Amino acid sequence: MQKAKNSKISVHIVKRSPQPWYIGLGVRAAAVILALIVAGIIITLLTDKNPLAIYASMLDGAFGMDIRVWSLLQDVAILLCISLAVTPAFKMRFWNCGAEGQVLIGGLATVTVMMFLGDKLPLPLLIVVMTVASILAGIIWAVIPAVFKAQWNTNETLFTLMMNYVAIQLISYFLKTFVKTGSGVLTPMEQYGLPVLFGHQYLLNIIIVAVLTVMVYIYLKSTKQGYEIAVVGESENTANYIGINVKKVVIRTLIVSGALCGIAGLLLVGGTNHTINTETAGGRGFTAIMVSWLAKFNPIFMVFTSFLIVFLQKGSQQVSTDFRLPQAISDIVTGIILFFIIGCEFFLNYKIVISKNGKENA
Amino acid sequence: MKKVIALLTTLAMALTMCVALTGCNEENKELLGMSESPLAAPTLEVDYTVPEDFKIGFICLHDENSTYDLNFLNAVDAIQEAAGLTDEQVIIKTNVPEGDACYTAAKDLATQGCDIVFANSFGHESFMIKAAKEFPDVEFCHATGTKAHTEGLDNFHNAFASIFQGRYLAGIAAGLKLNEMIEAKEITAQQAKIGYVGAFTYAEVISGYTSFYLGAKSVCPTVTMDVQFTGSWYDATEEKNAAEALIAKDCVLISQHADSMGAPGACEAAGVPNVSYNGSTYESCPETFIVSSAINWAPYYNYIIKCVVNGEKIDADWCGGIAEGSVVLTGINQDVAAEGTVDAIKAAIADLKDGKVSVFDTDNFTVGKETLTTYTADVDDMGDYKPETEAIENGAFTESTKRSAPYFDLRIDGITLLNEKF
Repeated sequence: MQKAKNSKISVHIVKRSPQPWYIGLGVRAAAVILALIVAGIIITLLTDKNPLAIYASMLDGAFGMDIRVWSLLQDVAILLCISLAVTPAFKMRFWNCGAEGQVLIGGLATVTVMMFLGDKLPLPLLIVVMTVASILAGIIWAVIPAVFKAQWNTNETLFTLMMNYVAIQLISYFLKTFVKTGSGVLTPMEQYGLPVLFGHQYLLNIIIVAVLTVMVYIYLKSTKQGYEIAVVGESENTANYIGINVKKVVIRTLIVSGALCGIAGLLLVGGTNHTINTETAGGRGFTAIMVSWLAKFNPIFMVFTSFLIVFLQKGSQQVSTDFRLPQAISDIVTGIILFFIIGCEFFLNYKIVISKNGKENA
Repeated sequence: MKKVIALLTTLAMALTMCVALTGCNEENKELLGMSESPLAAPTLEVDYTVPEDFKIGFICLHDENSTYDLNFLNAVDAIQEAAGLTDEQVIIKTNVPEGDACYTAAKDLATQGCDIVFANSFGHESFMIKAAKEFPDVEFCHATGTKAHTEGLDNFHNAFASIFQGRYLAGIAAGLKLNEMIEAKEITAQQAKIGYVGAFTYAEVISGYTSFYLGAKSVCPTVTMDVQFTGSWYDATEEKNAAEALIAKDCVLISQHADSMGAPGACEAAGVPNVSYNGSTYESCPETFIVSSAINWAPYYNYIIKCVVNGEKIDADWCGGIAEGSVVLTGINQDVAAEGTVDAIKAAIADLKDGKVSVFDTDNFTVGKETLTTYTADVDDMGDYKPETEAIENGAFTESTKRSAPYFDLRIDGITLLNEKF
């Protein structure tokens, strides 16, 4: 037994009662400001740059020109679309880490249709086929692990991760087989792309994702199926008890997830790049998980969280261009900001109680 | 998130490295170190004055962590210093993927007032062309591309270097090293097998490893070579695995055409000599590095800036050679290379310069045991993958003359492709 009895300090983590919205907003704003200050100090320590100039450069990178704003909105739209896709599954506590592969396979289906039917079908029909193919491909890629989970309770995290690698290898195989020079680079097929609205290439993507956001919001919030997802997520036993067919819900939800990822693949390939490679999804399938979590699975909040992530990416790229800093420095800044934001979520939900008394066995 | 994890891992690795480094380095071996380069980058001649409002933008696929991109970035530093350009006049965008992002980056640079936009990766090409069509007053220059000579745009240009000559020279260093092993009875003449880590089964890679092999064969006639492809231009793990697989298959010397430190690192760990590419890997691999060939992009930058400043037309295709200073070698690591390597390379440089030796002379190689008299190559990249241009002239394959990017894609005898899946 230790002798220091009279000054026993105990630390408890206690769940808070829900805070009014303005406190939540205030704490989050404070976290961002604090993050910027800490990041500023670190930048000054690591480099000889003025942190204010760095923040100005970040803003410039995101909003400095028309083309940057469009590019920002386009990237937000794609990231948001994939975040919407992973959300129903996460809400159901199905840890879908396979969005990357589901997007890629949707993109692969799109590019395959463009390549082999592009000169055979009129454009409107071609786009219909592209859409159907990409959605189906996304669904297949998501449903395979869902069926295994529902029937044999396999680990969906590992399964979906493995499916990513299969999708990546299929793309490599596709490029090897059909790009006969062996360069692995498929020339973009812009002529078979999605329509360009009002002369803005990204506008259609943005509109589609905006509509999807509202639809997913309504689906999760106000439909019976959305409610079933929530119940299965809270407790499978409860779901069973009140007569919800959990297997059916798991598979049905992953169909929704996969279809949305397929659409993201369609937009990335048909609307943006008009070609494909293994980097087309660019890790967004994983970033989307963070977007969804940060927004607490609320599609409307996700607009802001995906905006935040894309803003940080665009800003940090501009910083590394303007100041000739390695991208790692800007990634550190991004990391700090995210750390503070995630941290503040903790303090919004819990409080730390430090009690200093001599209670026995405290 | 992935980046954060990567960062932490790197930090941990760096710490372990520090500990490991202080641990060894105790024996005091007399090291001869690197020789002078037999083919160094020449001083850039800047005989023009760059106006103050001139700007040039660079688009790079990765950043300085890739040997490929580092090679471009070093050349940017060289021209910036030689031409007296300020940081505001030279805008560098790194980590630009081969997709729509490249088009956005090119437009961004053009809108910022760049007179020239340069992109360094093959997959950037179509997106550069798209931007070039929208900005007819800006010159768009693209390294390694194939489409400028058929695209018919006044402001879109391709560039490359006759790096096959550099590979040939590096091959001589490899061949001499094999001869040394044979003389020392470490291997028999029949066991003189080189392993080569390639990215894709693409003309640029094929031309590279074939010229390297022919260089080795010019001094070591019994040499053979195994090629293992990774299916990626930059994948440290795959490149390391490929090099290890080749070493396991009794390859006694390794070279590579892929952009990470994967293969040279694996060679240093296994103690197998390595001929590198894109630049020196001596610093991290002092016990196995022999020599590296590289393209020096600074002469091309110098050329395009001069053209724009003087209002002259830039060639649709530009292929710099030894004379232009576009093909360079690092110094030779005298602790690993065979004796006499420097002199042999110097002699070969002279032979290449005055045309006494042609790398792809049809007398030097056979395809299916036969000497080649005619070959139609796919020079015009029209998306049809149909060859249309006769490439054999005066008893040699005329590489990089019909367009700047390589188009030698023959499978010659003596080289075995282990996995043509890529």
